[in-house]
Amino acid sequence: MEGSKHSWKAWLYLLPVIILTLVFTVWPIINTIRIAFLKDYSMIGAMGGKTYEFGFANFSKVVTYKRFTTCLKNTVLLCVLTVPISTMLALLIAVCLNAIKPLQRLLQTIFFLPYVTNSIAIGMVFAAMFNMIGKPSSPDSVGIINNFLGIFGVAPINWINVGSEYWANLTVMVIYIVWNALPFKILVLLGGLQGVNKQYYEAAKVDGTSRVRTFWRITVPMLSPMLAYVLITGFIGGFKEYSSVVGVFGENMGPAGQKGALNTMVGFIYDSLSQNNQGRASAAALILFGIILVVTMINLYVSKKKVHY
Amino acid sequence: MTAAHEINLEQVKARQKVVRIVVKVLLYAFLGFMALIVIFPFYWMIISSLKSLEEYRQAVPTFIPTKGWHFSNYAKAFTDGNLGALFWHTAYVGIVSTIISLVITVLAAFAFARLEFKGKNLLFGALLATMMIPGELFTITNYITVTRFGWLNTYTVLIVPFLVSVFYIYLLRQNFMQIPNELYLAAKVDGTSDLKYLWKVMIPLALPSLISITILKMMGAWNSYIWPRLVANDEAHRMITNGLRNAFTESTGDVNFPVQMAAVAIVSFPLFLVFIFLRKYIMKGVSRSGIKG
Repeated sequence: MEGSKHSWKAWLYLLPVIILTLVFTVWPIINTIRIAFLKDYSMIGAMGGKTYEFGFANFSKVVTYKRFTTCLKNTVLLCVLTVPISTMLALLIAVCLNAIKPLQRLLQTIFFLPYVTNSIAIGMVFAAMFNMIGKPSSPDSVGIINNFLGIFGVAPINWINVGSEYWANLTVMVIYIVWNALPFKILVLLGGLQGVNKQYYEAAKVDGTSRVRTFWRITVPMLSPMLAYVLITGFIGGFKEYSSVVGVFGENMGPAGQKGALNTMVGFIYDSLSQNNQGRASAAALILFGIILVVTMINLYVSKKKVHY
Repeated sequence: MTAAHEINLEQVKARQKVVRIVVKVLLYAFLGFMALIVIFPFYWMIISSLKSLEEYRQAVPTFIPTKGWHFSNYAKAFTDGNLGALFWHTAYVGIVSTIISLVITVLAAFAFARLEFKGKNLLFGALLATMMIPGELFTITNYITVTRFGWLNTYTVLIVPFLVSVFYIYLLRQNFMQIPNELYLAAKVDGTSDLKYLWKVMIPLALPSLISITILKMMGAWNSYIWPRLVANDEAHRMITNGLRNAFTESTGDVNFPVQMAAVAIVSFPLFLVFIFLRKYIMKGVSRSGIKG
C-alpha cells in the first residue's frame, strides 16, 4: 500500500501530540491512581526519598473529614438544583424563541451573551448586586436585589455578607449558575427545535391537538437527544463546579467568617493540593471521577430508554 | 340552522384569533422578561463602574449616574489592579499557546484524516477516550511533574501542558475529511509535498474551524484561573483573572465597588468584542463541544 511506505511521516506529524499526551494525560492517570493509594503522599516527601504505606487510608480519611462532606453536600445540592432548573428554563425559552418571528435574532443574541463571559468577573458582579454595604445590622445600601424585592414588600435579606445564612448563600449560587448555564442549553435546544420537521406540527394542528399535548407528544420526544446531551453535560459540569463560587465568594469559598461554607469537591481537591497532600487530593479526585462516572452511566441508561433517535 | 351555524363559526374564529394574540403577547412578555434578567448584570456592572463611591453607597439606588460620570474609576482600576501587566502576561500566553497549538493540531488532524498507518484507529480512539476523564485528575500529577521539571512560575508551565486538545483535533479531522481525497491524490501525482498541499489546499478550506479554535483558545487563556493560580501566581506571570479576583477583594468587606466593577468591565470588554464580531465562530465550536471555556 502506498500509505504504509510513508507511515513514518504520519508518526512524525503525530509526535508532538503523542509526547505531550503521554506526559500530561496518560502518566497523570496512572500516577494519580497510584498516589491515591499511598497514605498521605506528598511530593516534597517523595522527593526527599520518603516511602509511603500502600492502602485505602487516603480514601477512608477523606470521607470522614467534615470539610469533605460539606463539599460533597454543596456540590450535590448545587447540581440537583441548577441542572433541572436551567434545563427547564432553557427549554421554555427555546420553545418560545422558536415560536416567534420578529425580534427572534435579537433575543437569541441576548440569550447567548452570558456564554462569552469570564465566570470570575461576572461572579463579582453578582456579588456586588447581592451585597449589602456597611454593617448588616444597619447598612447604607441593601443592594440592588434587595431594593427590587423591597418593591414587593420583602424585608432586606443578608445574602452573602458576614453572618448570612446557608440557604441565602446557596440561593445566590443557584441563581448565578443557572444564569451562566442558560446560553449553552438554549443554543443546543433551539438548534434541535429548528431541526424538527414542521409536518408533525401541521398534522397535530389538523387533528386539533392542544398546545400542551403537542409539546409533550411531539416537541419533547423530538428534542430528547438534545435534552439528554444537555442534561449529561450539565451534570458533569455541575459536579465540577468551582470557579463560579470563587467569583461570588472569593477564595474564602464562603461568606466572611465562614470559610469554606460553600466549598465544592473540586475546591477540596485544590485545597489538599496546596496543603501538599497529593495523596489525599488524588483520593478525592478519584471519588469525584467515580461519582461523575456513575451519574453519567445512569443518565445514559435512562436516555437509552427514553430518547427517540 | 345554517345561519346559527355560521355565527358559531364566526365566534370560534374570533375566539381563536384572540387566543393567538394572547399567546403572542405572553410569549414576548416572557422572553422580554428573561432577556432583561440576562442583561441586567452587564448593565449593573457598567452603570456601577461609572458612579462615585458615595453614589454607589446610597440607600436609594440610581439607574443612571446622577453625580457625574466617573470615568476615572477605569484609570484607577487599571493602575490599582496593575491590569496592564496582567493583560500583557495573558496576551503572551494566549498568543504563543494558540500558535503552537494550531500547528500541532493541524499536523495531527492531517495525519488522522489523510494518511494511512498501522494503529491509526486505535490511537484516535485512545485519544478520544481521554476526553471523558475530568481535568482535575490530571492536575494533581501535572502539578508534581511541572514542579520536578522546575517550571513553576514560568510561562512554559502556563503553555505546554495545554497544547494538545483532543476536541480540536477531532473537529479539524472531521473538517479535513470532508475535503475530497481526489484532490490529495491529484496533488500527489503532481509531486506536491504533503506540507505544501496542507498549506495551499486544506488550511484555506478549513479556515473557519481554525478561526473557531483560535478564538476558543484565546478565550481559554483569558478565562483560565485554577491552573495559573496553582503554578504561576507570582507578580511576573500572574494572569488577568487571578489578578482580578485578588486585587479587588478585601476580607473586611470594605471594597471600592465602583472601581472593582470598572476592573470587571475592563476584563469583560475584550470578550464582548469577540462576541459581537466573531459570534458565529464561537457558536460553531460551542454547539459541538458542550464544555465551557
